Amino acid sequence: MTGSRTSTALAIALATGLALGTTDARAGGAHEGEQLYPVLTYRTGPYAPSGIPFLGGLHDYIRYVNEVEGGVNGVKIYTPECETAYSIERGIECYERFKHGYEGAPTAIFQPHSSGLDAALLDKARQDHVPVFGPGGGQAQAFDGRVFPYSFPLVFDYWSEASIVVKYIAERAGGYDKLKGVKLATLYHDSGYGRDTIEPLAILSKKYGFEDIQIPVPHPGEQQQTQWQQIKQANADWVFLRGWGVMNPVAIKTAARVGFPVDHIIGDIWSGSEDDTRPAGAAAKGYLAVSAFPPGTNFKVLETLKKDIIDTGKSDLKDTSKFGTVYYNFGVIEGILAVETFRTGQEKFGHRPLNTEEGQWALEHLDLTADRIAAIGATGLVSPIKVTWLDHVGGGSAKIQQWTGDSWKPLTDWLNGDRALFHDVLEEKALSYAKEKNISVRATADAPIN
Amino acid sequence: MSATTLTATERSPRMAIATLRSLVWLLGSIAVLSPVFADEYWLNSILIPTIAMGLAGIGLNLLMGYAGLVSLGSAAFMSIGAFATYNLLLRATWLPLPLTLIAAGTITGVVGVFFGLPSLRIKGFYLAASTLGAQFFFEWLFTSFRWFSNNSLTLTISAPRLELFGLDLRSAPGRYLLVVIVTAILWLLANNIVRSRIGRDWMAIRDMDKAAAVIGIPVAGRQLLAYGISSFYTGIAGALFAFAYLGTADAHSFDLDKSFEVLFIVLIGGSASLAGNFLGAAFIVLTPIVLTRVVEWFDLATVFDNGVLVNVERMLFGVIIIVLLIREPDGLASLVERIVARWRVWPLRA
Repeated sequence: MTGSRTSTALAIALATGLALGTTDARAGGAHEGEQLYPVLTYRTGPYAPSGIPFLGGLHDYIRYVNEVEGGVNGVKIYTPECETAYSIERGIECYERFKHGYEGAPTAIFQPHSSGLDAALLDKARQDHVPVFGPGGGQAQAFDGRVFPYSFPLVFDYWSEASIVVKYIAERAGGYDKLKGVKLATLYHDSGYGRDTIEPLAILSKKYGFEDIQIPVPHPGEQQQTQWQQIKQANADWVFLRGWGVMNPVAIKTAARVGFPVDHIIGDIWSGSEDDTRPAGAAAKGYLAVSAFPPGTNFKVLETLKKDIIDTGKSDLKDTSKFGTVYYNFGVIEGILAVETFRTGQEKFGHRPLNTEEGQWALEHLDLTADRIAAIGATGLVSPIKVTWLDHVGGGSAKIQQWTGDSWKPLTDWLNGDRALFHDVLEEKALSYAKEKNISVRATADAPIN
Repeated sequence: MSATTLTATERSPRMAIATLRSLVWLLGSIAVLSPVFADEYWLNSILIPTIAMGLAGIGLNLLMGYAGLVSLGSAAFMSIGAFATYNLLLRATWLPLPLTLIAAGTITGVVGVFFGLPSLRIKGFYLAASTLGAQFFFEWLFTSFRWFSNNSLTLTISAPRLELFGLDLRSAPGRYLLVVIVTAILWLLANNIVRSRIGRDWMAIRDMDKAAAVIGIPVAGRQLLAYGISSFYTGIAGALFAFAYLGTADAHSFDLDKSFEVLFIVLIGGSASLAGNFLGAAFIVLTPIVLTRVVEWFDLATVFDNGVLVNVERMLFGVIIIVLLIREPDGLASLVERIVARWRVWPLRA
């Protein structure tokens, strides 16, 4: 008797759940007149430690724009969250939920916040005409707006990074002509992300005559004794560390154990946060890293955020010691890029929420000049970017920074990647992708996209 | 669990079949009508993954529920199906899509037989551990040899073309129909297999392998066949999951978590039940979404911290699974069966 009653209750609960799931929240109008900016989160799962400060920076900046500046030209930004735990499947559900707007607010741009999801959306977003925008970590070939009109690997790609590392080493050696005979070992995370610099480094090595040594580390990289012995035996001068997660501190510690000088290791943009160096302790002092998203709190925009958001208790961060760290600032930079995209679009289409077609136009015409960056108060934090229909990266510069033992110190100003060198190779990749997928290539900036 | 199934069948075989039939009708009509009333969101993010994962559930259920063997490598077999389909579409362009899927399933089946060999010697947890080997081996294989992903920089694969008789299947309804039709055919086939000689042999082996051997069932051959057929199903499910749902995939789309997900689908849906797999898959796909919606409606985000909410959602998901398995050890399929039975004799008590 009781048994059957509980199972009836269970059935009713399940049916209600099903009905709840079915009802459509996308049609409502609670947020009409606002600009939708869906925020995909990874507050749970393996990458939560970097996701939480990153989301803090992003939310804090948008909150500042909404509450202190009154929105973008008066248009409030609506930021519903969608948790993915960094899984592609949950991300696809989030994308489908938000792609055509939510609760009356239209979508203009979509940020996957994951390289895997970015790749998974490449075809879908094109069909749906939703511009996907992933600063840092996008696919290098997607720079070509003729083939990928809806993909924007804004700001930075790993090919530029490879050339920046070589440029810095050349500077230290006293010029590109001194690179002959220099041995650069790349220690990479054995994944799509890690392998992405094999090709550009081969091109660079051919051009400048340095010796290119590639050494993979299987995921997750808790054991690197053999790899570092290999580096020592090869007598490498520099190590380019393209790690991820636990692989980074282990690399730094193992380098110290085999006696490789830490100030000759240059970390990738994802190997250069406080969480990568702190666990390595004293061994990390002097370690270098490429930085497209500089940490620190002495930028004007961060001082404003401290005053208006952190100190007033409105921050999304629970642990405010993360304020000004690499991932927090990455979030702020992403917020700035999104807001400036909305601003660019609003200049053309009027001061109202934008849809995806208008968002695509806005991203393709995003021009962040040094003056504009200064006006935001982000000089030194954001590098100047100019996106065109032929170049969806629009930047490709980074700084080299050094770990002093308790914080990061920039050693250089913005260094530009040698994107001209790779242009032809990447263009060929884009065009062969178009051929494989039978995609028509845009002939002019205003040509209709099929 | 197996004993319950047997008694249930003995008690009222006709009713069980009638229930099954009504369930098939219900799911079938939903499937056919879906593109008419469901929008893209529903097709893309709920129906397609539910059906594809349900098919993977059938694959594992044939092995676990009917043949009484275990596997923790379902995701590996899904990945073989996906990578095989990709390479066949790419390198054997003359092959039409249905044949490609069958070929990919066959390749997976052969690999499955190979990884099923330990079942001839070991049982239970030890066998489960040996199937874990498949899980790790294929994740390693597909990340280490770039040939499998056509030397792609990012090691991801995406379907070069999804077309059938000149019809482009890339749109949401197109992909949906592909998944539904393939699944319907395979479901029918599975239904016949489990009621055929093979299926009966499997169940005999599951209930007592020694007795089965005594009455002349070729135990070893049947067990390997179970691995082969199960992998065939899982492989095709993997291809559908990768190309009709995700769009692109890499080896890490099919990690150990995915294997566990397939296992949960079987346990929640109901062991030794084919329709139950779809209920289980719907549960796995829908519950997290429903929980998010509940949070949204009650506007809990204004009361609680976002970080707390997402963690609580995950805990609730776990609690629901535990409660369900305690209350309904035979899965959602038996729950539905009982409710249907009660409706049949209403207002009397069953």
